[in-house]
Amino acid sequence: MITASLIFVISLATLLQFSISHCRSILASSRKVGLSDRVREVAGIAEPNNMGADDFQRLLELVRLCPERGDDQSEIRAVGTYYGALYLVGRACRSLIPSIADWAERERQSCSYFAAVALDRRISYSRDLLTQQSGDRF
Amino acid sequence: MQLGPFDYAVWLVGFLLETYVVVCSCARKDFFRYFSLNLYMLMVALVTFGQYHCIREYGFSSHAYFYYFYYSDSLLYILMYFVIIHFYQQVFVEMKVSRYIRGAAVLLLAATALFSYIVVHEHKDHFTARFVVELEQNLNFVGVVLIYLLWGAILKLRETRTRLIQLVLALGISYSAMAGSYALRNLFPDVHVVRWVPPIVGVWLPLAWAYTFTKVSEQARLATARLAVGTR
Repeated sequence: MITASLIFVISLATLLQFSISHCRSILASSRKVGLSDRVREVAGIAEPNNMGADDFQRLLELVRLCPERGDDQSEIRAVGTYYGALYLVGRACRSLIPSIADWAERERQSCSYFAAVALDRRISYSRDLLTQQSGDRF
Repeated sequence: MQLGPFDYAVWLVGFLLETYVVVCSCARKDFFRYFSLNLYMLMVALVTFGQYHCIREYGFSSHAYFYYFYYSDSLLYILMYFVIIHFYQQVFVEMKVSRYIRGAAVLLLAATALFSYIVVHEHKDHFTARFVVELEQNLNFVGVVLIYLLWGAILKLRETRTRLIQLVLALGISYSAMAGSYALRNLFPDVHVVRWVPPIVGVWLPLAWAYTFTKVSEQARLATARLAVGTR
């Protein structure tokens, strides 16, 4: 009984740690990418380095309005799940453990930046599609 | 006990993803670079196919399926240890300690096999499902410890290869979830919901690896320091 309980607790802790790091490894790919002026204008982003944690949903809605690229769906879904989990953690810890709530807030900001990069890519893709279609017409 | 459409769907998705990982790896000429991983995925796909055949032939509650499931699972654990050792070798490649890693791996494998043999020998008269769950829990936990140590080494050595990092993390998630679910099953044998966890987690690993092989190139790099929990 004691061994099983111990294994359960340790496994849960490592599961959390591995999951967070895995999501961060997906988010890390977007950190290196700068945002274009076009996406800043469309999404109303004043300071890309200090994006709002709550911007994620709004940016995601804009992403959904663009034609699908077909290769970013799984990433967006994974980050969306991570964002949802962080939101719950942030709310639960706000009054009890503020440091964890702050950490969740920073992570949510990274998710928002990821969504902005995804939007930027989709806008570029839409423009390419449009250019291609115009070229085909002539 | 009868299996429903959900069980078969999970099975089919798992089988397709496992096959996809191997095909994708071959198509990108990475089969030999990740030989142990591909061999493991191939064997998992074959075992999944065999399970389906076994259930059709003998039924889900049969002794034949029970033994097939746990024996094939034990063999897959051995293969999985080779995958972990392969990751260790990749992480420590520049330190040229391959020989020591191989030696330690053989020693660990022999120790685990001996321990399992002694435990099984002690319980040979009552080889029950409860005992098997306990054994699975312990084997998975050894995997968790090994991957956690590997993850520590990755952070310490500032490994930057994104693909390797994601493959290791996916494996860590899989092992932790498996060990946790078996421990929970051991604690609460009558809670049926916990039985759903291993098949779903079984889909996670090929799914995550398929994603990594498809999306992350071998040349992709990232700053490892950003991945540690608690850093900005």
